[in-house]
Amino acid sequence: MATFFGEVVVAPSRAGLDEEEEEREETPEDREIRRELEKKRSGREVDVLWSGLAQRPFVCSRFVVAIGRNAAAFLSSFILDSVCWEVVGVVKLWNEWCRTSSTTNVLPTDSFCLFYRLISDPTVLLCQCSCYVAEDQQFQWLEKVFGSMQKEGLQVTILSTCPVADYKTQESTLTLASPFLKALKTKEFQERVCCPLLEQPNIVRDLPAA
Amino acid sequence: LFQPAVSVGNVGQLAIDLVISTLDMTKVGYFYTDCLVPMVGNNPYATAEENSTELSINAEVYSLPSKKLVVLQIRSPFIKNKYRPFCEALLSWVKGSRCARVVVLSSSHAYQRDDEQLLGTPLRYLLTPDLEKAVGGLMQELNWKEMEKVAAYPGISETDKVLHIPGGGITKLLFTESCSKGIQMAVLLKFCSEGDNIPDAFVLVNYLNEWLQLVKSEVNSSSQWKIPSSWRLLFGSGLPPALF
Repeated sequence: MATFFGEVVVAPSRAGLDEEEEEREETPEDREIRRELEKKRSGREVDVLWSGLAQRPFVCSRFVVAIGRNAAAFLSSFILDSVCWEVVGVVKLWNEWCRTSSTTNVLPTDSFCLFYRLISDPTVLLCQCSCYVAEDQQFQWLEKVFGSMQKEGLQVTILSTCPVADYKTQESTLTLASPFLKALKTKEFQERVCCPLLEQPNIVRDLPAA
Repeated sequence: LFQPAVSVGNVGQLAIDLVISTLDMTKVGYFYTDCLVPMVGNNPYATAEENSTELSINAEVYSLPSKKLVVLQIRSPFIKNKYRPFCEALLSWVKGSRCARVVVLSSSHAYQRDDEQLLGTPLRYLLTPDLEKAVGGLMQELNWKEMEKVAAYPGISETDKVLHIPGGGITKLLFTESCSKGIQMAVLLKFCSEGDNIPDAFVLVNYLNEWLQLVKSEVNSSSQWKIPSSWRLLFGSGLPPALF
């Protein structure tokens, strides 16, 4: 791959490992330094702050998670309002792409991750996550959020969006009638799904996948 | 246990897909790990409407009891700084489950070959000392080439030789750790470049088959392997007709 005549650009390898990382043999001192660095990696910590929840783990029957600005906007436009829903939690995190705002009075253009509870049925929880949760933070997010709730009888619905250009299909994506819905469901989900299932070889990644 | 290394061209992973798909292996478990990028999709080995809706994630284990075979498939890259903890967890699982032998399928950058490696077969093997005792002779009979070591300080001293597998991902780490832990491990790798690596996967899986005879060898070297349905559209969607 050349950008101008004579320049060769190294194509990124799918091996996914930096050459330097792989080469360096780890001495005991290296290991110690690495451990300290990991402990100090507080910049990448994901903090989940709950308010108004009587006990932890709290009972939850339905949990709807909207990931990404589009899905979050969908919830804002069609579901959420200040009469029926109250804010019960917020996630604070920082990464190279965004920092979540610290208030709960957010603008649609902010990056935020908020949890709402239905006042008439406090076991119904909603999450709007318009901030990007980085790869190394996704597992933490998952453990801290789901770790706070009782999981028996819990039904989880995840709403998310992907660019049509990423969708793999026999025909060209130009001719597809978009937007369109696809779903993935676990074996345990017995109810009818309102749209077709996601065909191979398409996949979902990042926080919705986690 | 067979497993791939996430390496150049994803050849190991493609070869493992062929093994799982051809031997119709059953999924028996998965790794719940924070070391790999999360992903999920529907069954990549689906053959019909009925079996196409099982979810599949980034690190899953399949088995074939009749051949006492267990296969781990890894589908996504490592998260930064997490490849070491993953290797540790993996090797401790291998030891804990008393797995007899591990075969790692991998690949290495073709452009890093020296003059001698450019000639002849692009396939190489490595055996840990414990496995060398058991099957070293067989490798000689098969006329296989062992992966060459390279000078640690090229140009300065040619006497110190080290193992170097550029583009091999965690291959070298798994191998060196297995040597020191007394695990019987073999690495089978192919020199290749990024691109359409399906032919490389066939070559690698046939190499494995030469040794372990998983399927009957045919004259046409790719017909005995079943391509999984998820290999459709590896290079994206169809093209818009308006382009032409």
